Amino acid sequence: MNAFVSLKGITKKYGDFTALNNVNIELGDGRIHAVMGENGAGKTTLMNIIYGLDQPTSGEVWVNNTPVKMSSPKDALHLGIGMIHQHFMLVDTLTVAENIVLGLEGQGMSLDLKTHEAKIAVLSEEYGLNVDPKAEIWTLSMGMRQRVEIVKALYRDVKLLILDEPTSVLTPTEVGTFLDGLERLKARGKSVAFITHKLDEVMAVADDITVMRHGAVTQSTPTADITKNELAASMMGADFAGDLGKSNKAMGDVLLSIEGVSVVGEKGNLTLNNVSLNVKAGEILGVAGVDGNGQDELADAISGMAEIDKGEIYLSGVPVSSVSVKDRRQKHQLGYVPADRHGTAVVMNYSVAMNGALRDYSNAPYSKYGIMQNGTIRDVAESWVEDYDIRLHSVDQEIRFLSGGNQQKLVFAREIESGPEIFMVVQPCKGLDIGAINTVQQNVLALKEAGKAVLYISTELEHILAVADRVAVMCEGQVTGIIKPEEASGERMGLLMAGVREDAS
Amino acid sequence: MIKVIEFAFRLRTIWAVFLALFVGGIMIAAAGHNPFTAYGALFHGAFIDYYGLGATLVKMSPILLAGLAVIIPLRAGLFNIGGEGQIYMGALCSTGVALYVTGLPDLAHFALVIVAGCIGGGLWALIPAILKAYRGINEVIVTILMNYVAINLVSYFVSGPMMQEGAPYPYSPEIDDHLFLSWIMPGTDVHTGIIMGLLLSFTFWFILKYSSVGIGWSTVGHNPVAAKYAGINVKRQILISMFVGGAVAGLAGTIEVIGLKYRLFHLFSPGYGYDGIVVAFLAGLNPIFLPFATLFLSGLKAGANVMQRAIGLESTIIEAIQGLVIIFTAASLALKFNKPFWERFLNRKEAPSTVKGDSKNV
Repeated sequence: MNAFVSLKGITKKYGDFTALNNVNIELGDGRIHAVMGENGAGKTTLMNIIYGLDQPTSGEVWVNNTPVKMSSPKDALHLGIGMIHQHFMLVDTLTVAENIVLGLEGQGMSLDLKTHEAKIAVLSEEYGLNVDPKAEIWTLSMGMRQRVEIVKALYRDVKLLILDEPTSVLTPTEVGTFLDGLERLKARGKSVAFITHKLDEVMAVADDITVMRHGAVTQSTPTADITKNELAASMMGADFAGDLGKSNKAMGDVLLSIEGVSVVGEKGNLTLNNVSLNVKAGEILGVAGVDGNGQDELADAISGMAEIDKGEIYLSGVPVSSVSVKDRRQKHQLGYVPADRHGTAVVMNYSVAMNGALRDYSNAPYSKYGIMQNGTIRDVAESWVEDYDIRLHSVDQEIRFLSGGNQQKLVFAREIESGPEIFMVVQPCKGLDIGAINTVQQNVLALKEAGKAVLYISTELEHILAVADRVAVMCEGQVTGIIKPEEASGERMGLLMAGVREDAS
Repeated sequence: MIKVIEFAFRLRTIWAVFLALFVGGIMIAAAGHNPFTAYGALFHGAFIDYYGLGATLVKMSPILLAGLAVIIPLRAGLFNIGGEGQIYMGALCSTGVALYVTGLPDLAHFALVIVAGCIGGGLWALIPAILKAYRGINEVIVTILMNYVAINLVSYFVSGPMMQEGAPYPYSPEIDDHLFLSWIMPGTDVHTGIIMGLLLSFTFWFILKYSSVGIGWSTVGHNPVAAKYAGINVKRQILISMFVGGAVAGLAGTIEVIGLKYRLFHLFSPGYGYDGIVVAFLAGLNPIFLPFATLFLSGLKAGANVMQRAIGLESTIIEAIQGLVIIFTAASLALKFNKPFWERFLNRKEAPSTVKGDSKNV
């Protein structure tokens, strides 16, 4: 045993939920180790345990061939383990050197910033990171900030650097520089462990690969022994849930059409890049992809919650990019079940009845002459409780007291009963139990039967494949391919989700 | 039983007031007076005595409106600390119309004065609202700072262009008497402004509770993202709620001029805008309770002097008690009713063997 850090039988439970199940992994020895897996596979929990942010329920962490107990990142740093989070932990108004020195031990009463600056400059030179110690953080690009984080860790003399999805915040050109940087760290004897979804990066720089699924390691291998296609298949798993009994009813006209839509994000990158999709009446188009690859932006663009910078969106043939959220939903009959149930779909402090009326609260029958018709609102909600099997004490209850599944049933009831022609659902099964998921899926299929155009955006592939007629896969704001569910092998989906384009069929 | 506890909990601002008076009583005792005599003099002077009640109601009129000016924007999630400035701008605009617009029928002139006051306060409140809606700038800071601008603008006007010739002190000429609000308690200064305040409290209670406008505001206040999703134009509602709040504060400034002072004075409001914040919270942000909260606070203010004359206790102690009322009420409003805790508590006391299922989260 000579790995720098080795995890032995690590299990982590949160209540009944097992986030990590008997994980064994070895990191270090001057190698670059990639940890891959879908969302919720347990990668971040694992890294948090190595960095002392979280403690395992059982199992041991060994560093330098001794079992250790780390209760905070301070302990991890003492042992030579540093971590760089997806969201940088830098103070914007301080300089690079000040940020690096912040929290550094053994500084005494006065701070000799000049000496630190000189040492930081030398260190950054040595690793070819090109960081200016005197620059203030807010003036720096995301790529440069990341390098500041790296220098910060190196300045504490870490041997193992953990990076959580390091490339997700970078522009494509910065990614290349970043990967070169990893090679230089390795050349100087540092070890790196990084979490990622992106196959190309892994194949380019990693020496070892660990793949995780549902909290367990499914594969651990040197990069040389695996091909990109095998890796994709391993990430996705082979078993996809079966068909839920879709009908092959004839489809109608295109009701939802997205043409060449681009959106510029906060960091100046394209969160949606020339996306074009069509959904016909009686069709369910799934949109799959790893979380954060433009799905939220796509939903916001279609619903009107955010503006688009290029392209056009058509609801039943009408261009709507300058139409308000209200008119899109009421005039152009867009039903929308958003991903964030608590934050967007409902007002948690409102009663169930009021939440039911929320979509059209200022119209008849919910209000007349500007006065809310509370009796009608309750009656409508009560009829939905019956029809949609919503379990509750009373429609006057605040909706926050309902379970997630029952909240979602109310949201579906509200959106379906408003009689939409086009229906968009985003992550509809998130956080729901099997029974509630089944209800959601049946609702979606019923909409298709009724001849509505359905756009089903989700990161949970098996849910999409169970209902969708076609599946569009997104990566980094682009549609990398549109395939039929029966053609969706794990390998093919994995490649598409990792950004390997196919000619859209 | 749980219902009784919950009801008692709903009245927590009242308990907070009693607690403040109790602690205040200790302070009075420490100052060497009998707290009962002191409070007796205070409340008799404020509410029982005819002229004392008059003084209380005169103070109550602007504070009531200033309280509404806090409650209305807060429904939409905006903390309007600018009531004071809006009072000054309302008074400035209405006095301007009162003095310089001539040749109108009396009633039309009166209506125009009222409208001018509302628009003055409303537009002044619209500035922070625009900065909030379109630039995300914190409305608390902007409204506070704009108070000073408004107060000094009025000081400038009444000591310069609008100043009464030969006046010993910065104030404007007197407005014409057809604009005066009528008195409602003979022998006192109580004017119809108090009736306006009560009517508006009731009106806004109804609007906030039963109208679609009120529901729109409260959705914006509870969850702006959900509001946007529900099709509400969040930015517009921010502007409207703030304008309405500012307009009501502007009306408070107007009635001070046309109901009580009949001219615009330099520093005419002794912080009614800030008192509005206190009564708004004392009323649990509900307009229907606002008159009671305002009556209480105005009574404390008016009764303080009576108490000082009657028993020789410094009226500054009342300021300390006001401070205690604010602290205790604010603390009580921060408490949340912990229903599961009390249910468990009661179950344990009543019947330890019966296990009630948590039937709430079905």
